[in-house]
Amino acid sequence: MLRYIVNRLMFTVPVLLAVLTSVFFIIRIVPGDPAVSALGDYASQSAVEALREKMGLNEPLYMQYFFFLRDLLRGDLGTSLISGKSLGDQIAYALPYTLELMAASVLVGTLFGLPLGVFTALNRNSLADYMGRIFSLLGLSMPSFFFAIILMLVFAVKLGVLPAIGGGDLGNPVDNLQHLVLPALTLGLIMVASTTRLTRSAMLNVLSEDFVRTARAKGLEERAVIFRHALRAAMVPVVSLIGLWVISLSGGSLIMEVVFSRPGLGKIMVGAVMQRDYTTLQSMVVIYTLFVVLVNLLTELIYSLVDPRITH
Amino acid sequence: MELDAKLSTQPVLQMRSQRKRLWRTFVRNRMAIVGLFIVLFATLTAVFADDWFLAFFQDRDAQPLLAPFEPNKQDISRRYAEPSSQHLMGCDLYGRDYLSRIIYGGRVSLVVGVGSILLGCAVGTLMGIVAGYSGGRVENVMMRAIDVLISFPGLILALLLLTVLGAGISRMILAIGVGYASSFARLVHSATLAVKENDYVEAARAIGSSWPRIIRVHILPNILGELVVVSSLWTAGAIRAEANLSFLGLGVSPPTAAWGSMIRSGMSRLNIAPWLALYPGLAILLTVLGFNLLGDGLRDILDPRLQQ
Repeated sequence: MLRYIVNRLMFTVPVLLAVLTSVFFIIRIVPGDPAVSALGDYASQSAVEALREKMGLNEPLYMQYFFFLRDLLRGDLGTSLISGKSLGDQIAYALPYTLELMAASVLVGTLFGLPLGVFTALNRNSLADYMGRIFSLLGLSMPSFFFAIILMLVFAVKLGVLPAIGGGDLGNPVDNLQHLVLPALTLGLIMVASTTRLTRSAMLNVLSEDFVRTARAKGLEERAVIFRHALRAAMVPVVSLIGLWVISLSGGSLIMEVVFSRPGLGKIMVGAVMQRDYTTLQSMVVIYTLFVVLVNLLTELIYSLVDPRITH
Repeated sequence: MELDAKLSTQPVLQMRSQRKRLWRTFVRNRMAIVGLFIVLFATLTAVFADDWFLAFFQDRDAQPLLAPFEPNKQDISRRYAEPSSQHLMGCDLYGRDYLSRIIYGGRVSLVVGVGSILLGCAVGTLMGIVAGYSGGRVENVMMRAIDVLISFPGLILALLLLTVLGAGISRMILAIGVGYASSFARLVHSATLAVKENDYVEAARAIGSSWPRIIRVHILPNILGELVVVSSLWTAGAIRAEANLSFLGLGVSPPTAAWGSMIRSGMSRLNIAPWLALYPGLAILLTVLGFNLLGDGLRDILDPRLQQ
């Protein structure tokens, strides 16, 4: 097991390096001078020159690349091109909001999706199964921001029971939770749709396998057959789906942060895109790709726990 | 002679009956038929929103055909007009007819959705086949490159590319298509590896078929079914991606109508004119649902395991 983990880590490092390198060079495709776009077209020549010097743009490209990697290794994310504020501070403020949103969505998605998937698989072609399939298809086709607006219309505009915008006060759990409900429900319920669908088809596949028949034949109780034998095998594809979902939540949380005006990583990213703040954009993309690489690694580890065949 | 003729028509007959059988399975699949109708409806309204095909030959500006009004014509007296018999979906902030804008907005969604999947499918299939067929170091380098591409979440990659390249329809197709290219490449790569192991590919190689021929005659037809299915399902995803980008304000520039940006501007008037956000949202939901139903249906009929 330990050797497997080390192996995967060794494989992750070159991918990560390649990802960081491509981010660095994609940003450098931008036409024009980032110092000019930061200061505006009417900035004096000397001001532009001073900023170029400060940003290290006068160094040769390979030195810039080297500094970029060195700063990342030190954990230094640099400063915003536009506001001049430290990015590390901004991210430290925003990160808890994004992480709580992601965690709450995954919680909703799995807590409802898994039981629904098992239930509809066991009651195949029943009314509940049919409804579940329609619900899944709707969820798969629903743009998250549209669903968010529907929930907002119902719970904030019409009923007025939940706040429509903001992230709430992190120090005040009740206020924070109230602001979390709508965005987390939006992403969570959309996730329920695909978790239900995949769990259902994975269960149906597994239930026709020989080892399930064997378990039944040796006289095991039906509940034990389903929960101890079938469900564990059906979990293998579901774990990778959840991994993929967590990754797609980076985009999903970004949209929610825009719709609900929540603070978060996505809000910083969108702000950087709108203001053409290239240093912030670069650091944010690095953060997101780090997140993806980390989630992929974690998914594979959980995968190897669920499916013991993999490590051997 | 008679026998010879019989032999030569047999495969044709078989093919025709198989096609008929597939068609019958498809028609019996009610969900797939609903999907097909939605996709056709969305496509036809987008194509015939105005008479561009006549206007092109007569060298004049296109006139609205299916759309009741000019999508960008403003009339301040109708500002936020509620849905009525004359304006079925009401009017927006500038008094523009909302139904017309929704009909025209479908063009952006479909062109970007279908365009980015065509681009992703072409590039990805080529990469996947070449990597899978050639093997060795070429395969290794290409698949690692795809690993890197897949490490970017789709929306983040599209945002990065659009910031660097600038907004617009062709840039959106590129920004969304690049992400899908890597997914197509992975899919085709593993399918190619599976097909390559077959004896008939080995036999074709033994009699000296060139590798472009083997790919064209033996590998492509085998993965075509799967490509058609995922293309339909992923078009649904690409349309959602376009809606996301338009919603964030990175799509086509105003006044051109796009569903995502219409929702964005409708969102600020939720309490007085909620339909401004709801109608374009329903349009996206329905179109995406259509492609999903169609893809699901195609999967059902093309997957031989489900055909008994």
